[in-house]
Amino acid sequence: MKGLKKQIDKVKPHFEKGGKYSKLHSVFDGFYTFLFTPNETSKSGVHIHDSNDSKRTMITVVIALLPCVLFGMWNIGLQHNLAIGDPDRAFFRMFFYGFFAVLPQILTAYIVGLGIEFIVAQIRGHEIQEGFLVSGILIPMICPVDTPCWMLAVAVAFAVIFAKEVFGGTGYNFLNIALVTRAFLFFAYPSKMSGDNVFVSLGGDKALDGFSGATPLGQLAASSGGDAQVLNVVGDPLSFTDMFFGFYPGSWGETSTFCILLGLGILLATGIASWKIIFSAVFGGFFMGVVAHHFANELYPVTYLLPWEQLSLGGFAFAVTFMATDPVTACRTEVGKYIYGFLIGAIAILIRCYNTGYPEGAMLAVLLMNCFAPLIDHIVVSANINRRMKRLVAND
Amino acid sequence: MSEKIRIKKGLDIPLAGRPSEKVTTDTSSKIFAIYPDDFPGPVWKTSLKVGDVLKAGDVIFFDKNNPEISLVSPVNGTVKEINRGERRHINFLSIAKSDKPEETSQGKPLTSPEEILEALKHSGLWAMMRQRPFDIVPDAEKKPRDIFVTAFDSAPLAGEIISSEEASCLEKGLEALAKLTEGKVFLNIRYGQNLSSKIAIVTEFEGPHPSGNVGTQIAALKPINKGETVWTLDARTAVRIGRLCEGIADFETLIAVTGPEVSNPHLVKTIVGASIEGILKGFKYEEKGLRIISGNVLTGVKVALDGFIHYPYRQITVIAEGDDADEFMGWASMSPGKFSVKRNFPAFLKGLSKPFLFDARIKGGRRAMILSGEYDKVFPFDIYPEYLLKAIMAKDIDRMEKLGIYEVAPEDFALPEFVDTSKQELQKTVREGLDYLRKELS
Repeated sequence: MKGLKKQIDKVKPHFEKGGKYSKLHSVFDGFYTFLFTPNETSKSGVHIHDSNDSKRTMITVVIALLPCVLFGMWNIGLQHNLAIGDPDRAFFRMFFYGFFAVLPQILTAYIVGLGIEFIVAQIRGHEIQEGFLVSGILIPMICPVDTPCWMLAVAVAFAVIFAKEVFGGTGYNFLNIALVTRAFLFFAYPSKMSGDNVFVSLGGDKALDGFSGATPLGQLAASSGGDAQVLNVVGDPLSFTDMFFGFYPGSWGETSTFCILLGLGILLATGIASWKIIFSAVFGGFFMGVVAHHFANELYPVTYLLPWEQLSLGGFAFAVTFMATDPVTACRTEVGKYIYGFLIGAIAILIRCYNTGYPEGAMLAVLLMNCFAPLIDHIVVSANINRRMKRLVAND
Repeated sequence: MSEKIRIKKGLDIPLAGRPSEKVTTDTSSKIFAIYPDDFPGPVWKTSLKVGDVLKAGDVIFFDKNNPEISLVSPVNGTVKEINRGERRHINFLSIAKSDKPEETSQGKPLTSPEEILEALKHSGLWAMMRQRPFDIVPDAEKKPRDIFVTAFDSAPLAGEIISSEEASCLEKGLEALAKLTEGKVFLNIRYGQNLSSKIAIVTEFEGPHPSGNVGTQIAALKPINKGETVWTLDARTAVRIGRLCEGIADFETLIAVTGPEVSNPHLVKTIVGASIEGILKGFKYEEKGLRIISGNVLTGVKVALDGFIHYPYRQITVIAEGDDADEFMGWASMSPGKFSVKRNFPAFLKGLSKPFLFDARIKGGRRAMILSGEYDKVFPFDIYPEYLLKAIMAKDIDRMEKLGIYEVAPEDFALPEFVDTSKQELQKTVREGLDYLRKELS
């Protein structure tokens, strides 16, 4: 690797101030630090540093997402084959069907998002920040498999520019970028983002008679009465095991609670995500699920779901694990994290149950709490200030 | 019976190179120096010229605003160099030690508070104390609410501050200090440390670093409020004060030479301000690629081999500089030699208490604060460090006060700076904040 380093060091001066390509300095620096950890040593303060940095943190999250990514790709193939009545269940054929179905979306998200990051970093003269490494893979995962790439490109550009860069870039945004993208798509192109026909990739093949691509929550929201049954794409009832492992149509990355738990395990074991947020969000969701089930009502068919079914269906588990724990947009005080998590869980189930217009509430719950996180923190910090003031008064 | 306090938040960084009990004596240091910047607060002036003859204990620097407060020569000798930097700012004053045996002139014992106060100021020991708020040499105008003495250092690889044989001198020092405050004198010792006092309130502290930081101890015992002033010092200084009260000026010091890059790390007995080369004689180390730190790796000062030891004259740490590492895709590294409090490096599998070889690289790019709660885990104060730092960066004095700036010193932010994923310079920020606040309030 010394040879490569030498070659790069040779062209480096061209990218520095006054060099031929100084306009590309941030881009060069981004690739350079990707290849070689900077040799920069400490100038002030502590002389040694923890090995973890922003790059490692983001990569850890991407690794935690991998089980969901791989399962999601396979599940796209499975749902496709079920829908067209193809008895083929060969693992790799289904996996690669899904892989090629979502590859354009993943590429679109990364190219548009990172492209904007690179340009803005260059304009500001900053280093390139790694935040979009995670957002770029999260965004396709929470969209329907048939989302057109141009829509995705518009939404990503909107989210990165107006939810992140205008506030100063990674670390300064107050809304989760992936969810802003999803919300933009949801409200700008509702017909493409909901309904029965976007969550299963047919790939030009003809679906079986009796096929319905509706997601379980979509089916429930559209049903009436308390005896609605959740079905899979070919009309067979969906068991709790199916719900837990994710063998149903939906935004492709978030159906499998099992794979999400694997990712959650990685995030908690490495200490990257806050267990306080996750614990209290699951508690909040379960609590709201129990309340909703207790007061189950024919007007609101989703309330008939059992609390653990609530937690396994739709985007709840995914949003709690990968969106609510986004450290930049979550509460930053430890006490605040409990409140923040609880409210996300409770509001997600609340919206899901009682607003039949939105079959899934996790996205809106997280975005809403993103807005309230600074307020919660403010209250927690004010309590600290009051304690200090009281001590001062008591001493006088 | 002393009270026991357990500090839960913190971290003992497992840096390799712990010193053994062995003690050698530094006989090769010929030049000694004092860096006035080690003693923040006063405006230091000198009236000496190169070639002036000095005796140990003679004044070499005095405070422009309060000329009684002084820094003194630790040895007999002649002024060798007055090293100045930009705008004639004095970097250090070095003294060539004379070969004549030191004449120990015994002064008279001190008893009254006025005598003690005056002797402290003239002997240079005043400058070895600190006051909070602002973490500076105590302001002579302000009476301290309490005085806090810490008898142990919990920083990485630190040696003992005093030995139990010095307990009687320590007690004398504490008695003298008790005369200078209407409040109390607190002696804070490590859990199980064999020290006691009749005059001071003794508290045992247990737990990881920063349990030995006096700031942590004050926060646990009696936090500082706005308008209050406390003095802080280490037990070594208290012992020197005790000796001073008996009429003896004590400039000896025991330095722990530590770190992964010196062979056979152990203790060296020498004199305050000794040269680094002199202290390191007898140790094996590489000529190039090293970082020599006067102090510990968290709060110490980088020095050159031809430099001198800085205040508080207790430790030298030698680590690799690491600026030639050229690590390929370090962010993907699975090397078991990389320490992180996050468990996303395989090192945690072998246990994070085993010794690690650290180098001086910051190991990442500087970023905005991304992860939350990192600082809190190693910051045992009832303060929200992130919010305080943001108030400092915004220069919002009202908010700094409300969030507890009077209680902290830069060293309290050393561990947060170490664990920071965003690699920000927190101690520098806090020092700038304290200086700014002091300037605005004066």
